[in-house]
Amino acid sequence: MAETAAEKAERPGTAWRSYGAKHRSTRTLRLRTSAALVALTVLAVLVVPPLVQLDQQAVDLAAKLRPPSPEHPFGTDDVGRDLLLRCVYGLRVSLLVGVAAALTATVVGTAVGAAAGALGGWVDRAVMRVVDAFSSVPHLLLGIFIVAMFRPGVWPVVVSVALTHWLSTARIVRAEVLSLRSRPFIDAAVSGGASRWRVAVRHLLPGVLPQAALAAVLMVPHAMWHESALSFLGLGLPTHMASLGNLIQSARGSLLAGQWWPTLFPGLFIIVPTLAVAGLAGAWRERINPRRRSELML
Amino acid sequence: MSPLPWGAMARLAGRRALFAVPVVLVVTFGVFAIAAASPFDPVKAYAGTAALGADQETLDRLRDNLGVDQSFVVRWWHWLTDALTGDLGHSGVMRQPVAQVIGERLVWSALLCAVAFAVAVAVGTLLGVLAARRPGSMLDRAVTSLAYCLEAAPVFWIALLAVWLFALQWDVLPAGGLTDTASERVTAGQVASHIVLPAGVLAVSQLPWFTLYVRQGVGDALAEDPVRGARARGIGEGTVLLGHALRSGLLPVLTLIGSRVPELITGALLVESVFSWPGIAAATVEAATAVDFPLLAALTTLATAAVLVGNLLADLLYGLFDPRVKLSEM
Repeated sequence: MAETAAEKAERPGTAWRSYGAKHRSTRTLRLRTSAALVALTVLAVLVVPPLVQLDQQAVDLAAKLRPPSPEHPFGTDDVGRDLLLRCVYGLRVSLLVGVAAALTATVVGTAVGAAAGALGGWVDRAVMRVVDAFSSVPHLLLGIFIVAMFRPGVWPVVVSVALTHWLSTARIVRAEVLSLRSRPFIDAAVSGGASRWRVAVRHLLPGVLPQAALAAVLMVPHAMWHESALSFLGLGLPTHMASLGNLIQSARGSLLAGQWWPTLFPGLFIIVPTLAVAGLAGAWRERINPRRRSELML
Repeated sequence: MSPLPWGAMARLAGRRALFAVPVVLVVTFGVFAIAAASPFDPVKAYAGTAALGADQETLDRLRDNLGVDQSFVVRWWHWLTDALTGDLGHSGVMRQPVAQVIGERLVWSALLCAVAFAVAVAVGTLLGVLAARRPGSMLDRAVTSLAYCLEAAPVFWIALLAVWLFALQWDVLPAGGLTDTASERVTAGQVASHIVLPAGVLAVSQLPWFTLYVRQGVGDALAEDPVRGARARGIGEGTVLLGHALRSGLLPVLTLIGSRVPELITGALLVESVFSWPGIAAATVEAATAVDFPLLAALTTLATAAVLVGNLLADLLYGLFDPRVKLSEM
């Protein structure tokens, strides 16, 4: 007896392969939500500080440690500063550091990966061995080491995040270059008399840039996380540049006194952009490769 | 199951150990190079506040004793040869030899990580199987969303909220440390009650990854022919799920366990420092704050070694549990 498609989908197990229109709509919803949240984050970071003429450092001791209320949606901290404003400014700092670190890491990773892939031979082997070796050190630990040696500050943090994150980009770019090298158009360029440099810059680099750019975007939440962790440990940004990690660190005293809001909200400001970027990247990957559904994207 | 191929396992371990030597050399060399490039001054670090009042002659003598003027390559080589004899230098911040610091604290970190990992594996398997059983169901969506949210949440933030909830609001668990402050001896009961929160938070931070992979593995296995065949033979749903799908779905996950060591170390770093757990990771943070180079260098090397051991473990498990892979060919 023939089974209808609907009956087939009802059976547990087989339903896995037969996602229907319902699931396509949740996927679209996820994509739209992620895009909206990313846009909101960028807007909040770019637009709020110049538009809203409010001082995030404005101290109001009479209103210290107020729980969330209509006047202060996120409550106030231990010297009466508005936490919503503090969080937006903290996100701004964290995002800037994250973007700077991700850009640096991508430039370094692309340069190293492209050089290794294009030059090949012993250079490639040596470089990739070094990349492998440094991938064996836990990122945060290496980051802590670098920041400790160079004393905490904005640049040491950016450098420490960048130096621990370029390794994966280098691997991606190298693999991409290796696969491009065997394509006919590269052979054509070489037989046309193009120099090594020209082949690398004009023919190989444009081919790897999309992958590198995707890696860079995915790296930003990672870099933000890394910066927050360093700042939380007291090894990150100086306290006057309050990043989200600094906010959580400075809220520890209030937390032990029972006030949860100065800790909760900065954390949410880390989670939401991370999820939004992961959702966007997931949608992007599904478009490129629809068969690799529901993979880890964080 | 056939007896374990000890010979092949030992040979694989030996090969990996040979590969590990250059990795450790490169990493330690890099650590010394970074230190040499930084403005860090070993003399001031060694002398501490005493350096402020000391005259130049004393400082010069100290500089000479510490061998600061030698190039970092020479210092690296001295450090390496000393390390081979078990002398890792002296930790300024702990006022102990580095080897002793590590020896005293390693056991607590290992205990914390082991408990957390065991919990994460058990709970992750359970949640993953439940979610994979009916893909797209409410339970599946709830588990998946929760996993993504937890994966995005910073572990120190979860730790702080856990302290607030369990230690302050409900007052059911201690907020930190290894024992109560009044207690003079470390007893098993004290440690057991103090480990619940840190291990729980560390487990929660490892949980999402595990849950999502189990869900994926079991979900894929449920759609494969052996499972369909088992269902066609009329085998019960429970047996199909646990005996067929879980067994083949868990395989890729089990072999990846070893490669989770870096994340575990990162999590432990943050969790231990929130809960003042006297482990090796908390010592790293203290060493970094005080710029204690000998301790930092040793701990970085130790972490690298742990990661390499984790990778070896992953390879061994892979070879043991996947009949398609031969240990001798890895």
